[in-house]
Amino acid sequence: MAIAIKMPALSPTMEEGTLAKWLVKEGDSVKSGDIMAEIETDKATMEFEAVDEGVVARILVAEGTDNVKVGTDILLLAEEGEDASTASAGAATKDDTPEATAKADENKPADAVEDSAHPAQEKVDTGARQLFEAAAHKAEVADPEVPAGTEMVKTTVREALRDAMAEEMRADDRVFVMGEEVAQYQGAYKVTQGLLDEFGERRVIDTPITEYGFAGIGTGAAMSGLRPIVEFMTFNFAMQAIDHIINSAAKTNYMSGGQMRCPIVFRGPNGAASRVGAQHSQNYGPWYASVPGLIVIAPYDAADAKGLLKAAIRSQDPVVFLENELMYGRSFDVPKLDDWVLPIGKARIVREGKDVTIVSYSIGVGISLEAADRLAEEGIDAEVIDLRTLRPLDKDTVLKSLAKTNRLVVAEEGWPTCSIASEIMAICMEEGFDDLDAPVLRVANEDVPLPYAANLEKLALIDADRVVKAVKKVCYK
Amino acid sequence: MAKAPRASEPPIPNRERPGEPQPYEATQEELLQFYKEMLLIRRFEEKAGQLYGLGLIGGFCHLYIGQEAVAVGLQSALDGEKDSVITGYRDHGHMLAYGIDPQVIMAELTGRGAGISRGKGGSMHMFSTEHKFYGGHGIVGAQVSLGAGLAFKHKYSGDGGVCLAYFGDGAANQGQVYESFNMAELWKLPIIFVIENNQYAMGTSVNRASSEDQLYRRGESFRIPGIQVDGMDVLACRGAAEEALAWVRAGKGPVILEMKTYRYRGHSMSDPAKYRSREEVQSVRDKSDPIEHVKKLLEERGVKEDELKTLEQAIRKQVNAAADFAEQTPEPDAAELYTDVLVERY
Repeated sequence: MAIAIKMPALSPTMEEGTLAKWLVKEGDSVKSGDIMAEIETDKATMEFEAVDEGVVARILVAEGTDNVKVGTDILLLAEEGEDASTASAGAATKDDTPEATAKADENKPADAVEDSAHPAQEKVDTGARQLFEAAAHKAEVADPEVPAGTEMVKTTVREALRDAMAEEMRADDRVFVMGEEVAQYQGAYKVTQGLLDEFGERRVIDTPITEYGFAGIGTGAAMSGLRPIVEFMTFNFAMQAIDHIINSAAKTNYMSGGQMRCPIVFRGPNGAASRVGAQHSQNYGPWYASVPGLIVIAPYDAADAKGLLKAAIRSQDPVVFLENELMYGRSFDVPKLDDWVLPIGKARIVREGKDVTIVSYSIGVGISLEAADRLAEEGIDAEVIDLRTLRPLDKDTVLKSLAKTNRLVVAEEGWPTCSIASEIMAICMEEGFDDLDAPVLRVANEDVPLPYAANLEKLALIDADRVVKAVKKVCYK
Repeated sequence: MAKAPRASEPPIPNRERPGEPQPYEATQEELLQFYKEMLLIRRFEEKAGQLYGLGLIGGFCHLYIGQEAVAVGLQSALDGEKDSVITGYRDHGHMLAYGIDPQVIMAELTGRGAGISRGKGGSMHMFSTEHKFYGGHGIVGAQVSLGAGLAFKHKYSGDGGVCLAYFGDGAANQGQVYESFNMAELWKLPIIFVIENNQYAMGTSVNRASSEDQLYRRGESFRIPGIQVDGMDVLACRGAAEEALAWVRAGKGPVILEMKTYRYRGHSMSDPAKYRSREEVQSVRDKSDPIEHVKKLLEERGVKEDELKTLEQAIRKQVNAAADFAEQTPEPDAAELYTDVLVERY
């Protein structure tokens, strides 16, 4: 019986892709290991290898087709002895679809998490997927920083970050990027795509896998007047370098009595990704936000990613810039302006409401907006605040909103203990007590290392249901 | 035997190496200057030890007594306009060797507003960007990566400068040192890694902590050449600096200098130094004191004892003045608590 080969998922978050090229034609014999097609995701072009043996009976999706959904039948393979010409489209679906291998695999470090080839899988309902889907929510209130009538351009968070770096590098020769796979590989998550071509190897620098060392080199370069952007493949790996971020970068200006500055940006993905387990899934926002001398930024959408990264690069202070892997491929409107720079330390109201305030940041904003939509159906009008900067924290915006709604919930994709939520709750107690009509509640991930199993991961991560429940509780509904 | 065994033939180097450093031929004036600088460090550190005992200096205080020839010899070879220096927490000597005013250093040790870090850094955290002295770092080994960053800047901006990054035999076992070696050689950064081997990492002797205790060889697997230097001889130190600088300035990448030296005092003021005998310390003082060595050379060259005495008195006076200043100048204003956390306002 013929085997139906399906469009594979080539990254944890891939939903669809372009079938760029067939390398087999009908009538060809294939055996396992043969490359059958090239498939483009938003991050890379991947080779798609055969696992089963047989004869190509029919190509079901023509090459050059865009937006082929994961799981779509793309080719029929007749098994040995079967007449290829009569193999039907109604053939049995084979579960173990072919594996895909990244083209650049040989050059990839063992722990590159992003492009690792995964067997094609059915859409698994995981916690990360819920986060990812919620992250499609757009702010309902226009950013007051955008002048009226500005043209908006659909941009992914990934492109917005790249554009921010490229613009700042064009404007200032002191700005350079260093990190693992940032240059020739074009970025493990393709955030630095194209920068090597434009700026050359003097300013876009591949490092060995040596976080402590290159974080120190970047910090030293900043101390002597350059403007480094140090990319960590993920912030989980920055744990190896945290000494330089805190002891060397954050404290120097103070310890030197204002003599020695350290204008550096440490950036990279932070927080839970999809099914990568405990060591690759952690939100470091609260860690860095507890350190005086650091600026900590965690944007949600593409416009903020661009405007705040540009501000971070220009800042004379050391900045920890926390991105989110699940967000990289999401598109948002970005204002088409020559120089879109946002103020550091200003939260943004992304949805106005009068009954309750939900405070969040990074990917939690999507969850909060989804919760707000559902609450609206139940007659609760929630205001959603995106903190954007975690240090210095924009207390005024939070307290002003609290004074209006008198109820507050913090939604945070991270652990609950000693979290940003804990900090917001303390601020509300200390400075907003008289405005409170109910205790402030926090909705965070479960207080456990992130498990791998899909069902457990889902249980561990925040979701809109939990935010809705907490909001109802503070509204006594 | 008809033929000599191969092993006895001189080894053929498999790549270019810096030449064997020669002792520096100092003029009378230079030698006198070395003497002055070393003596200033010695007297300054003795005074700091005294002030510590009186409770005027707090926390950790690491004295440079015995190691004076290293900082003075090496830094005398630098180009003050473009080269940079970075070190760990035993940093008073390197600053004095740079000609930084002893008053602002001592005032920092006593935690006063007039201190070089406005009293907010202390003994281990002092900087002078004006002199291209980048600290003064309290975490063992951190200055090596940071120093590679300074060298990166020299190369990136093409300013022709070289970074001198000092660290001790203890730091030589930190992982980031080797991460930095790797990148420094890979990118041919203009840096001289100076291992001040004073034989003890706090209380642990080098051979108790290092599987390869010949530390100048530590760069071999990164193809970084190393030179072992008598760190008690200021002319040997200067000579080694000349050779190392020539290598680095020629674009050949980093080089390691292992300075064999000795600290007379404990690791810090609170270290009773029970891990070595009094005789061991006394023997080094008697036989290889770097200051006595230069004094002898000066006497051989006909410098009169009177002249040296006058010079010594002037230094003592300078140090006493620094101590008086450090004692009398006020503590930082309370408002300084909140300044310089960040550069900008947000």
